[in-house]
Amino acid sequence: MQVYLDNNATTMVDPEVLEAILPFFTGRYGNPSSIHSFGGSVGSEIQKARERVAGFLGADHDYEIVFTGTGTESDNLAISGTIAYYTNKKHIITSRVEHPAVVALCNKLERDGYRITHVPVDRNGTLDLEYLMDSVDDDTAIVSIMYANNETGVIFPVEKIGAFLRERGVPFHVDAVQAAGKVPIDVNRINCDLLSISGHKFHAPKGVGVLYVRRGTRIRPILYGGHQEKGRRPGTENVPGIVGIGKAAEMAAAHLSRPGEMKKMASMRDRLEKTVLGMFKNSMLNGSAENRVPNTTNIGFEFIEGEAILLYLDQAGVSASSGSACSSGSLEPSHVLRAMGVPFTSAHGSIRFSLSRFTTGEEIDYVISVIPGIVNRLLEISPYWDSAKQEPAPVNLQAKT
Amino acid sequence: MWNYTDKVKELYTNPRNVGSISDADVVVEVGSIVCGDALKLYLKIDANDVITDAKFETFGCGSAIASSSALTEMIKGRTVEEARKITNRDIADFLGGLPEEKMHCSVMGNEALDKAIAKWRGEDISHSEDTDGEIICHCFGVTDKLIRKVISENKLKTVEDVTNYTKAGGACGSCIPRIEDIISDELKKFAESADRPAEKKPLTNIKRLQLVEDTIANVIRPELQKDGGNIDLVDIDGKKVYVALRGSCANCRLSDLTLKNFVEDKLREFVEDDMLVFEAGRD
Ligand code: FES
Repeated sequence: MQVYLDNNATTMVDPEVLEAILPFFTGRYGNPSSIHSFGGSVGSEIQKARERVAGFLGADHDYEIVFTGTGTESDNLAISGTIAYYTNKKHIITSRVEHPAVVALCNKLERDGYRITHVPVDRNGTLDLEYLMDSVDDDTAIVSIMYANNETGVIFPVEKIGAFLRERGVPFHVDAVQAAGKVPIDVNRINCDLLSISGHKFHAPKGVGVLYVRRGTRIRPILYGGHQEKGRRPGTENVPGIVGIGKAAEMAAAHLSRPGEMKKMASMRDRLEKTVLGMFKNSMLNGSAENRVPNTTNIGFEFIEGEAILLYLDQAGVSASSGSACSSGSLEPSHVLRAMGVPFTSAHGSIRFSLSRFTTGEEIDYVISVIPGIVNRLLEISPYWDSAKQEPAPVNLQAKT
Repeated sequence: MWNYTDKVKELYTNPRNVGSISDADVVVEVGSIVCGDALKLYLKIDANDVITDAKFETFGCGSAIASSSALTEMIKGRTVEEARKITNRDIADFLGGLPEEKMHCSVMGNEALDKAIAKWRGEDISHSEDTDGEIICHCFGVTDKLIRKVISENKLKTVEDVTNYTKAGGACGSCIPRIEDIISDELKKFAESADRPAEKKPLTNIKRLQLVEDTIANVIRPELQKDGGNIDLVDIDGKKVYVALRGSCANCRLSDLTLKNFVEDKLREFVEDDMLVFEAGRD
């Protein structure tokens, strides 16, 4: 059986979305900027997609929707575009657990002379709201905080932050890439000025993102060229991608509003999580159990290593991911797990399972059935576990060499 | 995802020699759970210094498990003296190669072996700077001794290489300047040792001819063939080498000057440093 539980990495294109975009590769390949109707008629499809995405995000005006290439580009446009406008302000606030799109950009800006505040999270991955509020000052150009964390699914208090920043008059960007399609997003309830999403995380194709830019928000483009997207993101439109994200947004909104739909996903996730945690006393949940998107769980297995778990899962047909060092090619556990202070005994053995609306109960059953064999086999190989006694082996865990 | 060889996949799926030896003659541990990989090695060594049994327990990724398994297979039945000669390269070769970023797994295996042999011989392996070297990378507990050994055994040239092989420098990065110093120090040593046997005996004509042929066959021709060209050795007269170009090489980017330089460089590198190259029929 093949089971895909890595939907925070990317999702399947919904068959209906695929159907909606195919004509724009074949018969309707015109350029929306053209005068002739062959191209021009495509423009109205872009407009339709814009309205659908505006509806999905609760935006007041469709022109607040800017189509980009990726979530990463949206994040970059939001932050770089804002500070390029407010050139006299040199302070940026973000968190310690952001996506690399924000982390790497802020690191670069720090080298360029910006002061960056990295708001910490606690052991549950919950943001220190007070720390954030205390950090805001007259020099703050923008605050950029994610809506939900990609590794743990933990949701941040973006509405409280938004209300506070609105009063202080500080631009607020929300990286909602991991929230889109999983929780209802309402830019007016959040009070954000900018918000990023990415199509392929909610069943649109890869290569299309959105930056919501509230009416009156000042940003400068990071690309220069044509007039597209009112000059905020020039370049010939990715018409199939835009049509796709429009359709996917409409479908996601429908799923989110259908009663019980998200509960069903959450209960499958919870069943997986509870069963696995119950099987191994040396396993733990990474991140708060309460305040989470419904599709994500991050489980830490003590004394075994994440990449090995993933390789064994892969052989059993299960796709998941890990915040462990080895699987990513870096040498340390992910910055998210480190910021949360996940104990070193399990930080290297953390596995993320992320579901989608296509995940079935049988798939969850199957995953539950293969995990014990995998974990027990790796515990058998591990020097830190005594398989005969079923307890941690008496070795010096911190010895270096 | 990593590009693991079939051998690596086979050995992390079905590792050989997993477990412990209750009456082992020597048991050592290297690495730590904090750093993300650790290996505990158990050896049984008989009166003739033959390693009669080897078992391991490993905490780590797929390639760490495969490297550990490989190590135990390689040393079983060998004498301690033979086993001592095994390098991390040998472990990687046994596996059909490892991704560069995973070479540290083979180094960990080699480290465990070295430590086990030292312990068995009764050498002091406590953590004093004299025996173990000085810790350079505190994030991963890597000593200068290990870094130097790995540099010279694997001919490493950059900090990135050293990180791939030992992890040193892969976290906070504060040790990178020291790693750079060690690399340049080792390179200097290497250059000096290369200088010394400058009293190289001149090559005999036969030996020179052989070397020229080998270099053309193994180094130069494959390179030219990438561009759809070829090269033939026409004649050799002392240190003068006459070659002919074939195929698209005759008018490709490597013709004339660049070709001559390229071929000459390679011959000078692999044969003698005053070789001369001529295009047959042109001179
Ligand atoms: S001391 Fe070497 S990476 Fe931190």
